[in-house]
Amino acid sequence: MSTVAVSLTPVCAVEAVPLEGGVAALVDGSAVAVFRTFDGSLFALSNVDPFSGASVLSRGIVGSRGDAPVVSSPMYKQAFDLRTGACLDDAAVRVASYGVTVVDGVVHVGSARPAGEVA
Amino acid sequence: MATGKRQRIVVVGHGMVGHRFAQAAVERGLTETHDVLVIGEEPRAAYDRVALTSWFGAGSDALSLLPGGEYDDPRVRLVLDSVVTEVDRAARTVTVVSPPSAAEDLLANPGAVTVHEYDVLVLATGAAPFVPPVEGRGKDGCFVYRTIEDLEAIQAASATATSGVVIGGGLLGLEAANALVQLGLQTHVVEMAPRLMPVQLDDAAGVTLVRHVERLGVTVHTGVVTEEIVGGSSVSGLRMRQAGTEEGAPTGVVDAQVVVFSAGIRPRDALARECDLPVAPRGGVLVDEQCRTADPHVFAIGECAAPGGTMYGLVAPGYAMAEVVVDALLDGPGTFTGADMSTKLKLLGVDVASFGDAFATTDGALELTYADAVTGVYKKLVVSEDGTRLLGGILVGDASAYGILRPMVSSGLALPANPEQLILPVGSGAGVQIGMPDEAQVCSCNDVTKADILHAVSEQGCETVADVKQCTRAGSTCGSCVATVKNIIEDHFASVGKVVDKGLCEHFRLTRQELFDVVAVHGYRRFDDIVAAHGTGRGCDVCKPAIASILASQTSTHILEPATAELQDTNDKYLGNIQRNGTYSVVPRIPGGEITPDKLIVIGEVARDYGLYTKITGGQRIDLFGARMEQLPAIWRRLVDAGFESGHAYGKSLRTVKSCVGSTWCRFGVQDSVGLAIALELRYRGLRSPHKLKGGVSGCARECAEARGKDFGVIATEKGWNLYVGGNGGATPAHARLLAGDLDTATLVSYLDRFLMYYVRTADRLQRTSTWIEQLEGGLDRVREVVVDDSLGLGAELEAEMARHVGGYEDEWRATLEDPTKLERFVTFVNAPDTPDPSIAFTTERDQIQPIAPALIPVGAPA
Ligand SMILES: Cc1cc2nc3c(=O)[nH]c(=O)nc-3n(C[C@H](O)[C@H](O)[C@H](O)COP(=O)(O)OP(=O)(O)OC[C@H]3O[C@@H](n4cnc5c(N)ncnc54)[C@H](O)[C@@H]3O)c2cc1C
Ligand code: SF4
Repeated sequence: MSTVAVSLTPVCAVEAVPLEGGVAALVDGSAVAVFRTFDGSLFALSNVDPFSGASVLSRGIVGSRGDAPVVSSPMYKQAFDLRTGACLDDAAVRVASYGVTVVDGVVHVGSARPAGEVA
Repeated sequence: MATGKRQRIVVVGHGMVGHRFAQAAVERGLTETHDVLVIGEEPRAAYDRVALTSWFGAGSDALSLLPGGEYDDPRVRLVLDSVVTEVDRAARTVTVVSPPSAAEDLLANPGAVTVHEYDVLVLATGAAPFVPPVEGRGKDGCFVYRTIEDLEAIQAASATATSGVVIGGGLLGLEAANALVQLGLQTHVVEMAPRLMPVQLDDAAGVTLVRHVERLGVTVHTGVVTEEIVGGSSVSGLRMRQAGTEEGAPTGVVDAQVVVFSAGIRPRDALARECDLPVAPRGGVLVDEQCRTADPHVFAIGECAAPGGTMYGLVAPGYAMAEVVVDALLDGPGTFTGADMSTKLKLLGVDVASFGDAFATTDGALELTYADAVTGVYKKLVVSEDGTRLLGGILVGDASAYGILRPMVSSGLALPANPEQLILPVGSGAGVQIGMPDEAQVCSCNDVTKADILHAVSEQGCETVADVKQCTRAGSTCGSCVATVKNIIEDHFASVGKVVDKGLCEHFRLTRQELFDVVAVHGYRRFDDIVAAHGTGRGCDVCKPAIASILASQTSTHILEPATAELQDTNDKYLGNIQRNGTYSVVPRIPGGEITPDKLIVIGEVARDYGLYTKITGGQRIDLFGARMEQLPAIWRRLVDAGFESGHAYGKSLRTVKSCVGSTWCRFGVQDSVGLAIALELRYRGLRSPHKLKGGVSGCARECAEARGKDFGVIATEKGWNLYVGGNGGATPAHARLLAGDLDTATLVSYLDRFLMYYVRTADRLQRTSTWIEQLEGGLDRVREVVVDDSLGLGAELEAEMARHVGGYEDEWRATLEDPTKLERFVTFVNAPDTPDPSIAFTTERDQIQPIAPALIPVGAPA
């Protein structure tokens, strides 16, 4: 992927994303979860929990597993790597991850990244 | 045995052993082919006679071995308060007399006589106390010590007495003396032999024990015989003389208004004698190794039986006999070939143990002794002539070595080179590690070996003493092996290199209790400080909610304050229970289940206006389902305006206190159960705890509120309230057990305050009260010591903490509605607040909404 974002959707002010928490946003009709970790880094994953199908990942608890920043699904508690969307409890499962940048204090979400590319 | 027609087993006696027989019959499938009828003479189902003395503190319910009074298996029928008066072996019937309940009713109801046929008869009639033929033994104030009724009578008589005498200084006599001391009597023990517990102890041990016992204010008279019990129609004293002196020799008198006979027991073998079954010369129904009498249709087990001519006055051999008979009826090979008569007990607070060949009667046996008169410790080992094997021993004052020593006797394990190390106090360079062989019996009451315990740990997933207890029964009767069981579990995990990590998660090596203390001591208020000082990483869905709960328990600040909002579990984060499609349920509090019609209408209107699915819960309130996250504030605004508050259905916190209608309406009720339930629910609402908490209050013993299925249950009595703790429903149901009885309301509340706070402080994460009590060292007794006896001196502190909680309570939903920053989180999409989540959709079923499963996206593919 090129670093030039194809389309960037403005979502909200950085402060609107709670530290070690998340919010959900509509990006091109898809629900995307935006997270902010303790050090201020921003990540975006699909908001849909693949195990339940419910659009809820933004409501999960943000923390760490080993070195990976993770969110755990509020539904059945599987952890997802915020950098890649990989499920750390089931190697076969991954949710889409999105590019995310801040422009003038506003969080912008890009398009979904192919598997394997790290933020 | 026979096939086809169901066989009928009649069991005579519902004591400890009769109960074990019925239990084993159910567990081992004997009831698939057999109906079991158990006839018991006592007015209540079997109870733990071994722990009889604890009745004074704990009451009858706590002792019960069958709390519901009936077996789960309908093929076992229990008839109580009825006596088998005759056995007709030719006709294979028993005659049963069910006496009228009270003497005055005798004319109206002289008692029912019924005759029951049997294919198999099991005698489990136990033993009766032996009362020696002393003059005056029939006077008022003379008692024996065997049943709950005996204790009730002793307690009643003690109310007006100042001193009491126990005749007999054996094991049971000292139990009885303990009871008299507890009842506040000046207590004497009279023993004919030159020492206490002559059967188990040698002279030196007996002397050591006397010193301990006298320190507790008991006067011990050894080497004396009772001449006469003096007094008019009631006892006033007891006259005795030196054993071995002639009649007419000088005598002494002790004053006493209560006399308890504890001079041994005699098997209750009368039924067998009357139907001409052979009995042993010293009493007891003669049985073979399968516990079968001379009649192949009749078995005898427990204290009424004499396998090979010997009767056993302990419960463990009786249990073994019960299992053997069940096995025989299933055509199994089990036999009973004698029992280990080792004893370990705490008498009047003193550890006493005697095991194996305690008197060194084996040829050439050697004795090693250690005595410390200052601390009152006496230990003796009996070893084989060549010094290689342990044969037996006696321990007084410190019986901690019993757990390793007794199995060494039964397994014949080789002694270490310097066996005296086994009894020298730790710290004198001793403390040899003794590997216990797998076949060593650890729990003698239930015949559980070390191998059984290891199996439970390695194959059945047991990790704690409580698990092992459940799986194997080890430690569930007299409890003396619990410490050994614990060591075996710990050693096992250490040996396989598995650290039984009690830490919360990868971020904290501390247990919840340790974390609770750390937070309290340092006064932490923020996760960042706690993880920086005591953990690693950035936390997870295990430690963050646990810390949120600890902070909530200690501070009473709103859970959605910025410092803690992101630590909360989703349910707490949105003050609602998340449902499978991402919507939430709304559950307003309805304290005690009492609600006005007006409020009921409000709930109906809100549900109708927002199209919510409505269902009545088991906790006597109403669940409204299907609320979208962004709808929650508006829904709650209407509920709060109508006077409702959060029901905390989402939290690990108090849910409801269920009540029956109680004395205000019910014609049986003796107290206002609804009033109390409301008061308790309002007192403990919002209390964050290790797991959800439920309570119940019933207005009388009929227990319509099912209070004993709750973490705390209160049942009204004529005199006040009985408090039960540790119950729950769910996958592993538990019946709450009596903590204290006949309390006035103020005392009840103070005990509950202490109980709940003690639980909140010390339980593990997600540990219900039942498992918490199970794993506490000392179990329910420990809880009682802390809560009722205030043995740790924590009572006032726990009550103060609860008072802080009660004073600091605010309705979470009201406070949220009043704070715009807290409301900010209730939007589905930050960039499109008015767009509802398109993945949520409903159909209609039985006139209400039902979620449509959101389409699962293909795994691994970007959406
Ligand atoms: C105070 C005390 C402390 C003890 N401490 C210990 C200890 O530390 N360790 C230990 O191992 N043991 C101890 N024991 C002994 C232990 O309690 C007994 O070994 C055990 O109860 C025997 O069980 P059982 O079923 O044979 O007899 P029981 O428990 O006595 O049961 C027999 C039942 O049969 C009923 N019955 C009798 N005849 C009839 C009839 N004709 N019809 C209907 N019902 C009938 C009786 O009423 C009774 O309920 C103690 C006993 C007492 C009293
Ligand atoms: S428990 Fe007693 S008071 Fe309550 S409803 Fe039942 S019978 Fe009535």
